[in-house]
Amino acid sequence: MSQPIVHAEGLSKSFRVADKQPGLAGTMRHLLRRSYREVEAVRDLRFAIQPGEIVGFLGPNGAGKTTTLKMLSGLIHPSAGRVEVAGCLPQRRQERFLQQITLVMGNRQQLIWDLPPLDSLRVNAAVYGIDPTEAKRRIHELAEMLELGEELQRPVRKLSLGQRMKAELLAALLHQPSVLFLDEPTLGLDVNAQARVRDFLADYNRRTGATVLLTSHYMGDITALCERVLLIHQGRLFHDGSLDALTSRLAPCREVRLELRQVHPREAFEGFGTIEVHQGHQVRLVIPREQLTQQVGLLLSRFEVVDLEVSDPPIEELIGGLFRQQG
Amino acid sequence: MAQRLRRYGRTLLSFWATSLEAELEYQLNLVIELLAVLGNLAGSLFVLVLLAGPSGQLGGWSWNSALVVLGIYTLLDGFTSCVLQPNLSKIVSHVQNGTLDFVLLKPIDSQFWLSTRSFSPWGLPGVIAGLALIGWALVHNGEALSAGGMALAVALLVAGGLILYSLWFLLAGLSIWFVKVWNATEVLRYTLVAGRYPISAYPPALRLVFTLVLPVAFLTTVPAEALLGRASAAWALGSLAAAAISLVGTRLFWQFALRHYTSASS
Repeated sequence: MSQPIVHAEGLSKSFRVADKQPGLAGTMRHLLRRSYREVEAVRDLRFAIQPGEIVGFLGPNGAGKTTTLKMLSGLIHPSAGRVEVAGCLPQRRQERFLQQITLVMGNRQQLIWDLPPLDSLRVNAAVYGIDPTEAKRRIHELAEMLELGEELQRPVRKLSLGQRMKAELLAALLHQPSVLFLDEPTLGLDVNAQARVRDFLADYNRRTGATVLLTSHYMGDITALCERVLLIHQGRLFHDGSLDALTSRLAPCREVRLELRQVHPREAFEGFGTIEVHQGHQVRLVIPREQLTQQVGLLLSRFEVVDLEVSDPPIEELIGGLFRQQG
Repeated sequence: MAQRLRRYGRTLLSFWATSLEAELEYQLNLVIELLAVLGNLAGSLFVLVLLAGPSGQLGGWSWNSALVVLGIYTLLDGFTSCVLQPNLSKIVSHVQNGTLDFVLLKPIDSQFWLSTRSFSPWGLPGVIAGLALIGWALVHNGEALSAGGMALAVALLVAGGLILYSLWFLLAGLSIWFVKVWNATEVLRYTLVAGRYPISAYPPALRLVFTLVLPVAFLTTVPAEALLGRASAAWALGSLAAAAISLVGTRLFWQFALRHYTSASS
């Protein structure tokens, strides 16, 4: 296995935040006697990402995803632990490091508001020391992949949210970074625009072999792009592996829906698993994964089955359930 | 090194070209700014007439030499509007809105970016009016100009500009901890208005403040003295040393501040 391109070891970050009671009285008390408390945003994270991987970074709001991305991109210093990206310590913010990474934040923009994206791209080309002819070639190539045309010549303020996000991606990728940190890149986009951004990212990864670490609230982004996910909860790493493994871990059972030719009494299905629904010809059972094949075989041999469907509960529900459980 | 310099040069060009493009979307500003500069100048001249009184003297300065100070102030104020104000006043909002992140992600010195990103042409009328006033006052002052005095005056003017820049950058940089320091930088700008008149025109206590706390004396009076051929070596050296120290101090301060940057949350 090759050397990981992103490597975190015991990575932690805590912030000192002011502890202030609400209201005027609280403000006065805070003014006279300030009290602070330490909040641990990220605790002891360990993971390694290989070059070319697309990894999804999951977790509820405030789990520490953005803090981690900011440490990986060198914006904030870790409180403890060690992180290495593309062979550099991010917090040193060396030019060699910054030339190799990019961070896209769905809720912030770097494009100049009053001018067309092309002007911002020209500034970026100068900042990254890209030769003007080469910059033009790259803009043309990325614009084609992103399906951007005359939009690049329209002031940013006149672009739709989807067009703006695509232009932001172009600006963030002009220097051909090998590591992409994407924080909610599809935030606020409609379904079509989301799908286009997803397709672009998959295509970009295929063409350039870039490594991608992606956070998103839209599970569709993760299922479409990431074979591997890191699930972080309350600052700690809860899962590092495939999405399927996460599903099995969170849902030890699978759902089996049956449509039968004849109606059978409820008792007939006892012993196969938990009966969720029993309504005429329709039966829904929840069966432990390890007994699934055996039980489905028995069901098929004992009853006349018209239709059969085996499914996992939706991943959003599983993760949501986990967070509710752990509070 | 040469390649790096070329990259910074090209970046500065692209910075200023895009700022001009963005600013020129609002052409009416030029007229307004021109009127503001003329109005300000008229007001300053009126106060100068009142202060100088019938003797035409202000703190030991003749009318024409006091005009040189006013000219330098107007020039510096124009420069402030062109470069310092549009850039340094944005640092606070960069910290508040989290857009400082984008600056820090670029493979370029963040202090360079924050200090030179914008150029506003609306300060140019002030620069031109200041130069014209200095020229007019020097011609009417009747004293011969020496090349050495001119060179020293330019050096001291640059030193004054750097001191002002450093102080402003330092105050704006405090936003990394305190976020809302906008008012402090505004207060700084308005205190510098005191530089319109020769420092000796103020009571001794204020003179001390304008030299040691707020560097008003270094900004206008010291370069004007050099231009008029009466610079004191101690003041000139003091000004250059203050510029060098404040510039290095700003650099160290910014590196320290970035270690404490927590970035606005998403």
